[in-house]
Amino acid sequence: MGILHRISGPVVEARGVAGARMYDVVKVGNERLTGEIIKMAGDTSTIQVYEDTNGLRPGEPVETTGEPLSVELGPGLLRSIYDGIQRPLNVMAEKGGAFITRGMSANSLDRDKKWEFVPVAKNGQSVKVGDVLGTVQETDVILHRIMAPLEGNVQNIRAGQFTVEEQVCTITGAAGKEGKVIMMQRWFVRKSRPAAERFDPILPLITGQRIVDVFFPIAKGGSVCIPGPFGSGKTVTQHQFAKWSDTQIVVYVGCGERGNEMTEVLTEFPRLEDPKTKKPLMDRTVLIANTSNMPVAAREASIYTAVTIAEYYRDMGYDVALMADSTSRWAEAMREIGGRLEEMPGEEGYPAYLARRLAEFYERAGRVRCLGTDENRTGSVTIIGAVSPPGGDINEPVSQNTLRVTKVFLALDASLAQRRHFPAFHWLRSYSLYTDTLDNWYIQNVSSDWVELRKEAMALLQQEAELQEIVQLVGPDALPEKEQAVMVSTKMLREDLLQQSAFHEVDTYSSMKKQYLMLRNILRFHHRAIAAVEIGVQLKRILELPIRERIARMKEVPEEKLSEVDALGGDIDRAFDSLGASK
Amino acid sequence: MKEYKTVTKIAGPLVFVEGVNDIGYGEIVEIQLPSGERKKGQVLDTQRGLAVVQVFGTTAGINLEDTTVKFLGETMQIGVSQEMLGRVFNGLGEPRDKGPAIIPEKRLDINGAPINPYARAEPRDFIQTGISAIDGLNTLVRGQKLPIFSGSGLPHNALAVQIARQAKVVSSGKGGKDQFAVVFAAVGITHEEASFFMRDFEKTGALERAVLFLNLADDPSVERIITPRLALTTAEYLAYEKNMHVLVIITDMTNYCEALREIASAREEVPGRRGYPGYMYTDLSTIYERAGRIKGKEGTVTQLSILTMPGDDITHPIADLTGYITEGQIVLGRDLHRKNIVPPVDVLPCLSRLMNLGIGKDRTREDHRGMADQLYAAYATGRDLRSLSAVVGEEALSATDKLYLKFADVFEKRFIAQGTHEDRTIEQTLDLGWEMLAMFPESELKRLKKEFIEKYGRKHRKN
Repeated sequence: MGILHRISGPVVEARGVAGARMYDVVKVGNERLTGEIIKMAGDTSTIQVYEDTNGLRPGEPVETTGEPLSVELGPGLLRSIYDGIQRPLNVMAEKGGAFITRGMSANSLDRDKKWEFVPVAKNGQSVKVGDVLGTVQETDVILHRIMAPLEGNVQNIRAGQFTVEEQVCTITGAAGKEGKVIMMQRWFVRKSRPAAERFDPILPLITGQRIVDVFFPIAKGGSVCIPGPFGSGKTVTQHQFAKWSDTQIVVYVGCGERGNEMTEVLTEFPRLEDPKTKKPLMDRTVLIANTSNMPVAAREASIYTAVTIAEYYRDMGYDVALMADSTSRWAEAMREIGGRLEEMPGEEGYPAYLARRLAEFYERAGRVRCLGTDENRTGSVTIIGAVSPPGGDINEPVSQNTLRVTKVFLALDASLAQRRHFPAFHWLRSYSLYTDTLDNWYIQNVSSDWVELRKEAMALLQQEAELQEIVQLVGPDALPEKEQAVMVSTKMLREDLLQQSAFHEVDTYSSMKKQYLMLRNILRFHHRAIAAVEIGVQLKRILELPIRERIARMKEVPEEKLSEVDALGGDIDRAFDSLGASK
Repeated sequence: MKEYKTVTKIAGPLVFVEGVNDIGYGEIVEIQLPSGERKKGQVLDTQRGLAVVQVFGTTAGINLEDTTVKFLGETMQIGVSQEMLGRVFNGLGEPRDKGPAIIPEKRLDINGAPINPYARAEPRDFIQTGISAIDGLNTLVRGQKLPIFSGSGLPHNALAVQIARQAKVVSSGKGGKDQFAVVFAAVGITHEEASFFMRDFEKTGALERAVLFLNLADDPSVERIITPRLALTTAEYLAYEKNMHVLVIITDMTNYCEALREIASAREEVPGRRGYPGYMYTDLSTIYERAGRIKGKEGTVTQLSILTMPGDDITHPIADLTGYITEGQIVLGRDLHRKNIVPPVDVLPCLSRLMNLGIGKDRTREDHRGMADQLYAAYATGRDLRSLSAVVGEEALSATDKLYLKFADVFEKRFIAQGTHEDRTIEQTLDLGWEMLAMFPESELKRLKKEFIEKYGRKHRKN
């Protein structure tokens, strides 16, 4: 057993820890606080401690567990709320009260709860790693698949009520080695879970958020970076993606963020009905909450805990969305620990390995063919990472290194947020590298003219930016009528399509059908307006058309009345016809 | 209790003690100077053979030969009691008024412990401050932490006392039975500022239900690390054990961050942005996150911190990191101050993240959200046009644009401006909004639902 030698904040030094290995978990001090070895030199191990170190004294014992940091995987993850090292916060609140005190521990998965195990594999069947042995109805909407941890012959498999530690079958390996299989498995958080094959991103993740689905689509298995200054709507966006995107599982990690925000998730998600299953969203959600004032080392671990859980559900064949809010706080945790280690700092004090860690994390996203005999089982992890750049300026290490590895960039803009244009994504600065690969899907599933409409709308917004510059110099009236008409259309695009209220019961989500109709109607108005101006109709008369009001209210039309939005197309034509402007 | 006379090095506020063995991290020490004077300090780094102590106050007079360092074996604590209400303490929690010492009902670690996110209850009781710019557009709710971002010379103190004076909960339906308390922490402010607060508290009778901790500009800067934590520990005690609704006012957080930087540089730490330590975000969060509601507890802690942005720069690390932790911000603007708008709240960069929890039907009024959005959008457009018209002249603007331009002026003069003693109800604030929006044709009011225009707006509109 080793002894503590030095304590300075969350990083401590111990000497003579027998059997110490890099990244192994150790128990520190009389209260057996959890820590992880992050540096070794001679006899001295440097340990980051996942709990408050106040009051620790040199001379207290330090003991290694001989295992790296790992998470428990099995039925019971869904509906849970964990801290950064997968301690269940609900259990801790019941045991220890409203405040998180030191040295508390609790099992990540409930050891007493019995789950109904339904075998899928038969006795005598030979299975590969990843094959489904049986299933457990984890929540009303999610069927938890118990996967074979090793290769061999299945024996003694039986249906019934089991806890996560009770044996459900035996697998006899090739060398006659017998493995008892329980429903829980452990996985080292810093190591990604293997898959059989990685696919190209050809399926979109539909978010129901118009600016994203129309202009900056996200692919299933893709990675997204959302940088923005405070108050620009990062968190609301993350919540919207969690609520509405078409994935089966949501893993939400609040990494170094506000306590009340996690409370909001905790109160809202159980209440919020999933539009597809009509069950609470919480039934398919795992929450990881390591708020800013919780220990910084656990914050560093929280991202890994989250992505490992996400991969586990991916391996069952589910589409998983991982929301990380915010990766900047994660990077700062690395910086803080690096500083305590007196490492030579890189840019802005961040450790030199920041870029590598970020890349490793985002590379754990992907759409894959799962391990196992079944060639058709696919799953995906889509990572949506919020970045909080200092002062909102993305010219800083975390944003820049994230942009290098992510494929979708949703640029939140403070001035848009200030005028309450939400979601405050800047349409000219954001980009998606998936647009081209996903075009095919949109053409087949939404409409054959989708790509043209999208490109035309974007070109108009580009043109608007150029016209704006002229307006800034000479005023709007100096523009020719035709260009003023363009500005009218782009204002419609911005206000009636791109703006979307997360708090309006209908507007909060738009189906692809609705998005298409809205886009089509606005562009039809545009075409007719330009044609009218060209034959000499005064712009003033176009501006007085009452149809504009109806276009502005399209977003409030519920999904079941979409035919109204569809019919608006014809009404636009008739309105222009009445002006005496032919097609 | 262990005593040592083995001080080997003194650097800035830090004292290095050798030959020690098992000193706890964060432990409190008492230092006896050769002159007989006693000082307190805290262990920042401990190892076999050496402890580094941060002294609260100046290190003047400490020598290497015969200074005695006594390690008290416990971390920093404060004795708390309900009797603290109406009292004034210094930055280390010792009585500053002439009253007797406090007999503690409980001793608490001043660092507190993080609230388990699972145990938190969602803040949702609307606090009516009587100030339209806040109530109407950036609503404050119980359990929120909402700082005031200000600049040197702006009237943030007047705004803070106005909020402390007028704040009340109107929707809870429990009548006036709720117990209020104010905990005020002065961190490095001047005597003059401190007496402004004291005078106002006294005049309005608020002092009886207030606890004051004063670390003034000429008090030792290291104490500034302690003062806000004493205030918050007291506030938590009053809220979670004595069922009170506590409003904590901390001013000025900029001085706190300066003290943090001073200590970090004395420890020769690797500096982060602009010399502030890399852990400043984490450190600030251990102050700001100590606000909220807890399931099953009556009381709440609401935090209103004031910070002056150096050079009015909202991207300065202090303002920036604060904004990332707090649930919004109230920003004061110099332009408005010059125009004699009181309070000079620049609403565009303001935000209240918890607003939606506190407003709407049964809380304030159903048209509140739409009204706030509409006012924001119209004012933002008006402000843009103001700069445009400065270039191209007002004549070049369209008729609609001129309306927006006019709106921006009226909005500032009538909605934002209200003086330091006008207390508006939320109905007055919202109706004022409708009154001003009456100048626009209905097609411009895209953020407001049609039914609300009929229900609330019609009577203010001419047609």
